[in-house]
Parts: sequence; C-alpha cells; structure tokens
Amino acid sequence: MSTSSLHSTASVGVRAFGLLAVFALAGCSDAHLTFLDPQGPVAAAQRHQFWLVIAVTSTVVLPVLVLTPWILVRYRYGRQAAYRPQWGFSKLADLVIWGVPVLVVIVLAITAWRSTLALDPYKPLTSDTPPLEVQVIGFDWKWLFVYPEQGIASVNRLVIPAGRPVSFELTSASVMQGFFIPALGSQIDVMNRMTTKLHLQADETGTFIGKNMQYNGTGFHQQRFVTQAVAPAAFQRFVDRTRQDGVPLDADAYRALDERGTAARLRQRLAPETAVAERGEIATLAFSALPAGFFDAVVAHESPNWNARDGEDGPPETGTDQDEPTNRDERRHERRNTQAATTGSRQS
Amino acid sequence: MSEETSWLLGRLDASALPFWDALQHPTTPNVVNAVIASGAGAMVLLGALAAVVFLTWTKRWRWLWREWLTSPDHKKIGIMFIMIALVMLARAVIEAVFMRLQQAVGLDGGFLTAEHFGQLFTTHGTIMVFFMAMPFLTGIINYVMPLQIGARDLSFPVMNSISLGLTAAGAAIVMVSLILAPFSTGGWSGYPSFTESATNPGAGVDYWIWAVTLSTLSSTLTGINFAVTIYKRRAPGMQWFRLPLFTWTALCTSILMIFGMPPLTVATALLALDRYLDFHFFTVDLGGNMMNYINLFWAFGHPEVYILILPAFGIFSEVFSTFSGKKLYGYGALVIATMAIAVLSFTVWLHHFFTMGQSAHVNAIFGIATMLIGIPTGVKIYDWMLTMFRGRIRFSVPMIYAVGFILLFVLGGLTGIILAVPSVDYQIHNTLFLVAHFHNMLIPGLLFGMLAGTNLWFPKAFGFRLEERWGRRAAIGWIVGFMLAFFPLYALGILGMPRRSAAFFEPAYLPWTMAAMVGAVVILFAMLFLLIQLWVSVRDRHANRVPGGDPWDGRSLEWSIASPPPAYNFPVIPEVHSRDAYMRQKETGGGAHPRPDAYGDIEMPASSAMGPIIGIAGFLMAFGLTWYQWWLVVAAGAVSLVALIARGFVRNATRVIPAAEVRREHEAWIATLDSLTPITRADEQTRANRGLPASPIEGAVQ
Ligand code: HEM
Ligand SMILES: [Cu+2]
Ligand SMILES: [Cu+2]
Repeated sequence: MSTSSLHSTASVGVRAFGLLAVFALAGCSDAHLTFLDPQGPVAAAQRHQFWLVIAVTSTVVLPVLVLTPWILVRYRYGRQAAYRPQWGFSKLADLVIWGVPVLVVIVLAITAWRSTLALDPYKPLTSDTPPLEVQVIGFDWKWLFVYPEQGIASVNRLVIPAGRPVSFELTSASVMQGFFIPALGSQIDVMNRMTTKLHLQADETGTFIGKNMQYNGTGFHQQRFVTQAVAPAAFQRFVDRTRQDGVPLDADAYRALDERGTAARLRQRLAPETAVAERGEIATLAFSALPAGFFDAVVAHESPNWNARDGEDGPPETGTDQDEPTNRDERRHERRNTQAATTGSRQS
Repeated sequence: MSEETSWLLGRLDASALPFWDALQHPTTPNVVNAVIASGAGAMVLLGALAAVVFLTWTKRWRWLWREWLTSPDHKKIGIMFIMIALVMLARAVIEAVFMRLQQAVGLDGGFLTAEHFGQLFTTHGTIMVFFMAMPFLTGIINYVMPLQIGARDLSFPVMNSISLGLTAAGAAIVMVSLILAPFSTGGWSGYPSFTESATNPGAGVDYWIWAVTLSTLSSTLTGINFAVTIYKRRAPGMQWFRLPLFTWTALCTSILMIFGMPPLTVATALLALDRYLDFHFFTVDLGGNMMNYINLFWAFGHPEVYILILPAFGIFSEVFSTFSGKKLYGYGALVIATMAIAVLSFTVWLHHFFTMGQSAHVNAIFGIATMLIGIPTGVKIYDWMLTMFRGRIRFSVPMIYAVGFILLFVLGGLTGIILAVPSVDYQIHNTLFLVAHFHNMLIPGLLFGMLAGTNLWFPKAFGFRLEERWGRRAAIGWIVGFMLAFFPLYALGILGMPRRSAAFFEPAYLPWTMAAMVGAVVILFAMLFLLIQLWVSVRDRHANRVPGGDPWDGRSLEWSIASPPPAYNFPVIPEVHSRDAYMRQKETGGGAHPRPDAYGDIEMPASSAMGPIIGIAGFLMAFGLTWYQWWLVVAAGAVSLVALIARGFVRNATRVIPAAEVRREHEAWIATLDSLTPITRADEQTRANRGLPASPIEGAVQ
C-alpha cells in the first residue's frame, strides 16, 4: 500500500526499537499492516493472545533481566561480598526455579489450548450473516480469487463485504505458498493438489495488504494483493462491474495465469492497454466469468470444462475432463484423504 | 547450463561462470550482480591460490600432510574443524551484510537481483548451520571432551579424520559454487516441490543436496564417535555424575546427532532420487507429497537446533563456574534438564508448520510440548545465575560473552514461547519475527558459546592466552551489533514483513531495515576485532604464554596438563575421585601435579590418509553428481571403495610412545612448573599469569 504516512516513518525512525513503537506506528498508519492494529475479530483475538503470552512469560524472564545485573555488580571480583565457593544446592531455590516455570507453562498451556481451538482457521466464525465463499488459488506469482456464487474471479484484488464472515477454500497451482492478510487474521499454507481452509472477517470497511509468506522464486516479494472490505452495496457494485468490465477466464487466460510471472506481466498479456507502470503498485485483473468447477479442476490437475459457466448454467459440474485429460489412475478424493492421513492435514 | 551434455564436462559449460549472464544481457542490474558474484568467486580463487603459494614458498606441504591432514589426533582434528568454521563464518557474515544492505535500500527494489538474493539467503543459512555451527561445535567437543574425561583420543580416531574430510568436502562444494554457479535458491530447508527439477532444473539445488548430504554423513559419524568415546573411554573413577557439564552436553548432542541427522540424509537422498531418476517422493504428481519431506526435514531440524545449542550450554556452564570461582549450582538439575531437552526435542517438530492446515488439537498439543522445553531451559538459566550468586565474578572475555548470552537468550526464549502458541504463530510464522527469534537463539546462544569456548580453551590448545582488550571489544561489538541487527526484525515481523523478501513496498519498513543494516555493520566490525584479537595474540604470544597450563584456575581435568598438551594428553591416566576433579586435586593434599611412581609405554593411533582420501573423493563425487559428469562419479566412488577395503588390511594402525620419552617430557614440564610464580585471580588478565594459580585456601579464589 503506497500511502503509509511519512510522519509516522520519521517519528518511528528516531525512536528506539521496541514493541511500543510498533504499536504507535501501527496506530497512526492507515495501511493496516499488522495484527496489532486489528481489523477483524481473528486478528483482534490474536493481539490479545500475543500480549497475554508476553505478560505471563515475563514472570520468568524479567527476574533474569533484573537479577543478573545485580548479581554481576554485587559479586564482582574485588568486592568483599559473601563468597560460598562450595555451595551448589538449595532445596528452596530449586523448588522456586522449577516451580515457577512449571506454573507459568501450565497457565500458558491452558491459554494456548483454548485460543488455538478458538482460532482454528478451519472453524467458521459465528455470525448472523452466512459467510461469503471465496476460493483462492496461488499461482507463481499472483493470487486468483474465485467467487463461485457470483461466477467471477479476480487477480490480486480481494473485495469482501465488511461485517460478513468470509470462508476461504485454498489451493496452489504451483509450489507451496502462504496466504496471509495480517490485519484480518491467520495465515494458511496453500498446497498443490490439496485444499486448506480459512475463515476471516473484516469489521469495518478498509483496505488491507495481503501477502505470500512462503518463498516460491524470484517474483515472491511481488506476490501481494489488496484486500478491500466494503459496504454490502459496494460489494454488489464490484460484482456487477466485474461481470461487465472483466475479461473471461478462458483457456488462453488460464494458460497465461499458470505461467510463471508477476500479475503485472499477466496484465500486460491480457489487458495491455491498462498495463501498470509503477513498481510498488499491485497489478490486478478482473475476470467476468469462469468455468464451473474451476477450483476443483485446478486442485485435481484436470482441465476445467471451458463450456460450463458458474453462476449462469445452474449447479457446477466438477472435474469433467475435456480436451486434455490429465487424469491419473487414482480418484481425486482418495488422494486427498491419503494425504490427510500421512500428515494430519485436513482436506476434503 | 545447457541441456546438451558432453561426456567430459556433463552439463558444465561457460554459462556457469558468474559473469556469463551479464555478458549476454548487459543490463545494469545484471552487471552489478555479476560484479558482486564474480568478486566473490575471485576471492575464493585468490584465497586458494594464496594458500598454495604460501605452502609451496615455505615448503610446508609435507608438514601439512604429515602433521595435520593425516593426523588422527583429536586435538588437531578439532582445530581443523574450527578453522573450517571460521572461514565459513566469514563468508556467511559477509553474505548477511549484503542481505541487510539490500533490504536497507530495498524499498521498491534494491541493487541485487531476486535470484541473487535467493542464493544469498540459501548459502548463508546452509553455511551457518552446516558449515559454521556444526564444525565449530564438533571442533570444540573434539578438542575438549577427551581431555575432560581423561582419555587419550576418541574411540575411532580415523573415523574422526573421515568426518573432517566429509565436512571439508561439503564446505568446498559450497565454495566452488561461487566460481561455477549457481547455488540453490530454496533456502536452508530446501522444501520441495520448489526444489524439484520441474521448478528448479539447474545445478543449484544439486549443489545444495550434496553439500548437505556430505555434512549430515559427517555429523552422524561424529555423533557415534563422541557417544562411544564418552561411554567407553572415561578415566577410572569418572562416573556419570562426575562428568563435567560440558561433557554431558557433548553426550546429549552426539545422541541427537545419531538420531537426528539420518532423517535429513534420507530426505536429501529421496529428493535426489526425484531429481535424478524421476522418482516421485515429493513431486506434485504421480503420488508425490512434499509434506513428507517437510516432516522428515524437521524430524532432523528441531533436534538440530538442540545439537547446536546444548554444547554452548555446556561451555557456559564451565564459564560461569570457572569465572565465578565457584562450584556449579544444581549440577544434578542441569544434567537432568539437558537430558530432558534432548528427549523432548524429538517431540516438537510440528511447530515448524502450524500453518499447514492440520487439526487445531494437533497444533495445540505440539505447541504445549514445545513450551515444556521452556521449563528445563528456564531452570538452566536460573542455575547459572545461582552459580554466580555469592561467587567472585571475573569479567574475562568468555564471561562477557556469557553475560551477553544470559541476558539476550531469555528474550529469545520469550519470543520462542510466543511462536510456540499456535494461535499467535498464525500471525508471525515466516515473518522476520521468526528470523529474529532463531538468530536470537543462534547468535547469543550458539555463536557466543563457541566464541567463549574459543577464548576459554585457546590457551590450552596453543600455550598462550588470547589478548583481552580486543577480545572484549569484539564481544561487546557482537552484543551491540546483534541487538541492532535483530531487534528491528522483531518489529518488521510484527509489521508483517515476510522472510526471504528481496524487496518490499511499505515505507513503514524502511527505518527498521536501516537500523538492522547498521547492526550488521557493527557485527562486521566485531568480526574485524576478532581478527585483530587473533593477530595481536599471535604477535605477543611470548608475553602471554601459560606453560603452567591452568590460566583460569580451572576445575576439570584438561587444566591439569601442559599447554599445549602432549600428543598423548595424559602421561599417566588420572584417577578421578569427585566432580570438578582437578579443583578437588588442587584443594586436597595430593598437590596439583603429582609425580607418578612409574610411566608406561603409550599406544597411540598411527596416522592415516583415509580422511583426506575420502574427503577428496567425496568432493569429486558431489561435484560430478551436480554437473552430471558420470565418469567422475564412478571414478571417485571406486577410489573410496578401494580405500575402505584397503584400510581393512592395514596392520600397523598404532604407534608406541616409549615410557622413557613420556617420563622425559613430563619431568621437563614439572621443572618448568617449578620455575613459575603462582598468581592470584587479581593478576589473571596480566602478563604475570603463566598458567599456575596460587593454591586454593577456602575454595578456589583469593
Ligand atoms: C552474524 C550475523 C548474522 C546476520 C547479520 C544474519 C542475517 C541474516 C539475514 C539477513 C537472513 C535472511 C533473512 C530473511 O529471510 O529475510 C538470515 C537468514 C538465516 N540465517 Fe542469519 N545472520 C547472521 C548470523 C547467523 C548465524 C550465526 C546463523 C546460524 C548459526 C544464521 C542462520 C540463518 C539461517 C538458518 C537463515 C535462514 C535462511 C533461509 O531463509 O533459508 N545466521 N540471516
Ligand atoms: Cu498439504
Ligand atoms: Cu523446532
């Protein structure tokens, strides 16, 4: 995001390092870079948990930071303080130095257990409104967001209604990547032939940066995206405009997407008249329509059925092989379950 | 690299030269990067050339071969391991400074290409772990552990030399990749499917695979060697609970090496099968699954971090106790804590991928298991504080590192606990917060430990003390530089900056990356001070000699012998009656240097060329495999095989040092001792310190 305010940069620059400074920075920037400036319930809970863990752990860390200098000064060679060279054990001291860490870890374990279950990325958020379904596909080096209900898709631009939960289903068309919107909440890995899930929500309207966290080659640092939380009416406008102004996601476009390259390059290929020049800017691209079952086809390494359209021709059929069937012998669902069994990932 | 392969050069051709690309496409970034890369390659070439010229000029080839390369002496092998570590440390720190420079100007770009940056973090991480940290700690254990347990050598001295050869070969492979590029960009963890040939067909990943494979083989052998030695070679009376704490940590580390290294050897071997023979262990299709690699990698990776840290804990235990003039507090607890950490370290690997989508219960369980390690670690910290409590603390160089360690390490522990909570890790995983955390453990922990150990035992190995003033400057430089270079990364991580970013677009990051760069420059100065310290020490070595062998009023057996020790370490194997064996000897009537009734012939291992042969063959095989030069692979394989078989027929594997010679040497040393003036600790850092402490009255310190 380009408009992070200069005054915050300058003032933070002279300040010493430290979390408070981060906090201040986060507080007065409109870019919402961090979960310390949370824009949704998940990130807010994570901020709470973050400070809680620091506070609890400090009960064993602070005494070290305070007592060590004291010991060093008091028992320095040459000062005539008490000297007990043969002293090597005390029951009381041992009780304290084992007991306190044990207690601290018990407290930490309880909060970690609770918060981890509560903030499970797979767990739907509680809300009166049903979640918006978004399917995310990581390409090298851009993100494709598919809106299956709306039958549209978008590159590097995720528009969501504020105040409504979003339910993500994610995969990678390439190597492993990490999908992350810090201001909203958890990151989750996306993997080829596998799907993962994530639930987030933006409380208010706003613009947040999203990133890839798992290195995947020279375009890695450019694999960023914009998340825009907008009012429900504005979301509908976004859908309408995308249907109107976007290009269709056809076989050609898919081939271009799948090629290694940044979104800026993709845009040059598919919409040359609007190519982005500025380096820091995030190139986006809108797809007005896409084949039904596109996401599942990508997961299964099958060719999408280019004739079926999501949102137009009724319920999507999945995984129909067409011109170049790449089907391996195994059934897709069996594969996914095997993988889940080997490493504990929950798919399907 | 071309797809055409010749029988002689395989895939190797002119495009492997670091400036080739820039000749073809002379754009500004290409030229800048080619200059940097070629400069690095030229440094390697010039360095190697300078070494060759020096050895030829001074006619030292024979000496090098007979006295060092083929020597089975654990002390010499240890020193050679440490020399590899220091050379590789220099390279990896320079690379780190380049990365910090890049990110300091990295808003919207920077001067390095993304490809070059990828190679930098990969070589930096790989070198620091496999070719700096591992050889450093292996070298120190090699040198010190047999002396501490009253042994004359390791159980398998020739295998020890082979371990050295394999590590040297791996390090050489990484060095050669500067001249015949490229190296991998897959990071030190080398996750597929990014590192599969479908995504990364070039030689880079292959270099990485074989360098790491050589290193893990070396470390597995080392682990076996150390563990067997500690089991079998302890002096009479050296019961388990009389072992110095450093030896305990060496034992735990070597057990971890035995069980922790093979998973990575297997993982890189399977990855090689994928790449060379079209297997599909970790590919995206035909049944491959890269998650299996990730599990294997961290089944190695987590024990590895304790392999790295435990010996440092051992060194700090010795330092705190020695320089406080006091018995170690809570010896039993420290031993139990070390063992507990070693065992627990196999149960937490999943915390490296909390974000891979497994169930929340699994994540929570592994998160809690991780926190459990915090308990014994916390206890250790407090044990060290209580060791200093009511002591007489002397701020010699090792102690400065130790103080820096204890204060900074707890902060790393705090951030480690934060990362161990899965719900928070979802926010900071793979950000620079993680990078800050592990450097916070590795620099104040591992590296300060190794530098403290070097300052502590250098006089033992070379017979003179390291200079104190430059040593102190270096230590403080490291401490300050570390804080400046890595505390900002915590902030950057919280601000969501991904690790391994060649550039970024958030102006808010800039002040932090600039601060981190200043820190990296301070670290560069600390490195320079280390060099000056070494140079000044060598220059003034006559003034700083410690022929008495005990400059710090030491507590364990290594201080009871001459500095440098004779090849056989102990003229007569000592008998041990308690913990802190040598301190006890000094305190009780027997005297610090009793004259034995009789000397015996000593049988020592004979020199062997196995180490260099296997090392060179290993290097050539790895090089051949990387560039598809199959004749070289076959030839090198044949040489190793023949050498191994031939070794089985060697009859004279030992040499005997006659009792008369032992007696002569020992009596000469005792005579020297008689000529020295004992000093109190007040004179420890002065030239009066000749390695003979005044005999203790109430305990150790006057
Ligand atoms: C001496 C000062 C050091 C500096 C300035 C430094 C700096 C860096 C930097 C800039 C990175 C890349 C961070 C990123 O991903 O964006 C890095 C990565 C890394 N460093 Fe260091 N480092 C230092 C010492 C060490 C030491 C002592 C070790 C280990 C013993 C170490 C191990 C690593 C590892 C394993 C990585 C990860 C590489 C990867 O991403 O694959 N570093 N370091
Ligand atoms: Cu998976
Ligand atoms: Cu770990």
